[in-house]
Amino acid sequence: MTSPPVFSTVLGRDLRLAARRRVDALLPLAFFAVAVSLFPLGVGPEPNTLRQISPGVLWVCALLAAMLSVTQLYANDQADGSLEQMLLAGGSAFSAGIAVALAKAVSHWLVTGLPLVLIAPLFGVMFDLSGRSIAALCASLALGTPILSLLGNVGAALTLGVRNGSVLLILLIVPLCIPALIFGSGAISAVESGSSARGHFSLLGALFIATGLLAPLATAAALRIAIE
Amino acid sequence: MTDAAAHLAANDLACRRGERLLFRGLNLTLGPGQIMWLRGANGRGKTSLLRLLAGLASPAAGRIERDPQRERVYLGHANALKDDLTVTESLRFLSRLHGFDSAPAALAAALQRFGLASRRDAPVRTLSQGQRRRVALARLCLAPPRSLWLLDEPFDALDTEGVAALNLLLSEHAARGGSALLTSHLPLTLTSPAPITLQLDEVATA
Repeated sequence: MTSPPVFSTVLGRDLRLAARRRVDALLPLAFFAVAVSLFPLGVGPEPNTLRQISPGVLWVCALLAAMLSVTQLYANDQADGSLEQMLLAGGSAFSAGIAVALAKAVSHWLVTGLPLVLIAPLFGVMFDLSGRSIAALCASLALGTPILSLLGNVGAALTLGVRNGSVLLILLIVPLCIPALIFGSGAISAVESGSSARGHFSLLGALFIATGLLAPLATAAALRIAIE
Repeated sequence: MTDAAAHLAANDLACRRGERLLFRGLNLTLGPGQIMWLRGANGRGKTSLLRLLAGLASPAAGRIERDPQRERVYLGHANALKDDLTVTESLRFLSRLHGFDSAPAALAAALQRFGLASRRDAPVRTLSQGQRRRVALARLCLAPPRSLWLLDEPFDALDTEGVAALNLLLSEHAARGGSALLTSHLPLTLTSPAPITLQLDEVATA
């Protein structure tokens, strides 16, 4: 008995569902655009100030966009019974849970993280960042948004079936995202001030590997508890 | 000792839901070709027992032995269908997920059996409750033969025609050496094989 292709099946279905609900998929991106655009209006049009705060602003908005979009990741699947079916696939609920968690993280990143990476240069230009800084912005988001998707996954699984789950998720998961925020925005600031960002990128890469290895395990354990 | 060829055996099983003990000391054996009807009043733990046997929850006490070579198909109260997918897409997702036959011809034949051939490209959103149940049940046609079916209220929302289709499917399944454990609040109309009744009301609770 070979184990069924849980990862590719769930990933394929989630992408298809996202394609059917394009407006829902675009909401986090719209949130990011609106939130980032508020800063020049609120802080004032002083170019130097804006350039200085832009790495932090862009990263905080990306983090919040990721957290807001991750809350419903498992809720619908639990409500309609799909989650049980996914966890019953394959050898054990735990190994199926890991495959499901990875598929959900990858689909979440492809639907919200990747578009953020792609439109970020536009906002870099808006904040008058230099070409090198914009490249650093994209690179740090490309490394950082998968971390946010993976951590958000853990939160979504932990808060499954909890009332006010989305608020709880943000309280639980945002503190875990702080290192990614610090090194991600730090990389852009370093490039902007003319120093090397290698250290920041190395740490961000290390964080990515560590969350990639640990978050699916935590998610699978949380899903197992949620369906009992 | 349990029969070595049993698809499923439970020994001295107990289930706790929060503070309340639903049942304890429950024994059951399900062999090839057997259909078991799980009965009991509302809240006696029929669904909880099915979830234990499916492996979705762990028992408070006791042991469950499953034949590891045997595919298990669990059909819960919820149909596990997505409103935004079409009928065929939903069925293909569920059958691929469990490694069942998901060739287009097999999917079409499964839907045909439950009278859904004309709705195969319709979005699930547009289906009635009974039709959704039929799609969920069509998955059983794709499971490998001699598998173990755990069905929670499979006759729910079905019309006479749907009940007949499911009865026929269960008879064929049993004839091929498969087994099924199902709950139903209405009396079963299945005649061959005659279902074995497991009455949960008679199992100790304290």
